[in-house]
Amino acid sequence: MGVRFWQGVAIVDGLIPAAMLGYWALTDQMGANPVDFFTRASGELTMIFLLLSLAVTPLRRLTGYAPFAKFRRIVGLLAFFYACLHFLAWLCLDKFFALGEMAQDVVARPFITVGFAAFALMVPMAVTSTQGWIRRLGGKRWSRIHRRVYAVGILAVLHFALLVKADLRLPILYGAVLGVLLLARLTRMAARQ
Amino acid sequence: MAKSLEPTPKHLYLSRRALLSGLAAAGSMVATGALVHLGFSRRRAVGARPRVAGATPWEDVTTYNNFYEFGTDKYSPAQRAGSLRTRPWTLSVEGAVRRPRVWDLDTLLASVTLEDRLYRFRCVEGWSMVIPWRGFELGAFLARHDPTSAAKFVELVTLHDPEQMPNQRTDVLDWPYVEGLRIDEARHRLAILAVGLYGDSLPKQNGAPIRLVVPWKYGFKSVKSVVRIRLLEERPRTTWEAAAPDEYGFYANVNPAVPHPRWSQAKERRIGELGKRDTVLFNGYGDEVASLYAGMDLRKDF
Repeated sequence: MGVRFWQGVAIVDGLIPAAMLGYWALTDQMGANPVDFFTRASGELTMIFLLLSLAVTPLRRLTGYAPFAKFRRIVGLLAFFYACLHFLAWLCLDKFFALGEMAQDVVARPFITVGFAAFALMVPMAVTSTQGWIRRLGGKRWSRIHRRVYAVGILAVLHFALLVKADLRLPILYGAVLGVLLLARLTRMAARQ
Repeated sequence: MAKSLEPTPKHLYLSRRALLSGLAAAGSMVATGALVHLGFSRRRAVGARPRVAGATPWEDVTTYNNFYEFGTDKYSPAQRAGSLRTRPWTLSVEGAVRRPRVWDLDTLLASVTLEDRLYRFRCVEGWSMVIPWRGFELGAFLARHDPTSAAKFVELVTLHDPEQMPNQRTDVLDWPYVEGLRIDEARHRLAILAVGLYGDSLPKQNGAPIRLVVPWKYGFKSVKSVVRIRLLEERPRTTWEAAAPDEYGFYANVNPAVPHPRWSQAKERRIGELGKRDTVLFNGYGDEVASLYAGMDLRKDF
């Protein structure tokens, strides 16, 4: 089976959580507070796929298995897909399209400021993820845009950490994984200099 | 030469590879589904209770709980509170009282008349329920212990026993959980000690066997599984106030005009409803309780 087959498998795997969320929503299996459940689940799925997308390159270097690179865009776009679900939950089910209120929140509430910034940074990456955009922008400018994924990762962990009431264990866990993935790159940069 | 030693023909070799790949692909999908199920799925309680008109469904009231002694996510208490032993249970009333007493809970229950109260319940996180409690008035109970003139505040403390309350092994909060009221708040007829829910005894995840319910304040004031009530001259140091004094005040009266520093309190989601309701000052009990706070700046004393 070629890389295309496994890319297809990756896409199906990546959409399984969304399908399950849809099924749970339709069959009333989201607990007492379905909106809160959906918001949290889509947020955590964004985080998981974001970390997976950051893990692709270190994994490729570690294993020397070049085809890993062919999955980076898919995993990144899946992260953006879940970020969109997360954002839509906020827009439609928490704020009910009250755009003025949302703008106020972005300015006044740090965890929303940070979360919104992370989402805003992901949009240009998703838009320029095609071969055509890589060609149009040229490799250097394209990678500059896509290096923002590190900032998105840091902002996403911060967004999570800022919203919990007392239990920081899960944000710390995601932060630790992010730290390892960023460190893998920093040590490589240091070694090259 | 034996036939079995010949190399596998190419078309068979390829179809075997296809088969293995297909199995691996299917396996990855099953694994993904299982992981998502493990990580995210939420089960409601089974076994229906009769509906109480106007109340939040029993299965929501008993599965969506903040009870950090059993875990910080709202579904953990219903899953993990089984380790709590609610009998025998003692409740001690002490401090600035002339008649302190260590009550055996059953003795205490035999000495009070229980009544049903349907109260709105507003969590500081922005969700709310309507809950049919069963209990008795805190004020009348305190009076039986003859408080002295030094009794200005009431402190209520949750059981501290990591054997029974496993999440007390973590340091997410400073255990034991302590809450408190001003004496006039504690004497208000709306403040009750609840021992039941939906006409039955209190489920463990809801704070069995005895808990405070103060319906005009955010839910975290209504301390669960109480073992000690102490009357004090000084304001007690309460748990959430100690954890984040700029976010959780001692008074914690429901107030749409005073936002939590990280989120607005203007609206709430009533469990079971998709839209949001406007939050009402004192959770709608202002006619009864507003006079307790006459002359106070509720923005300062939030």
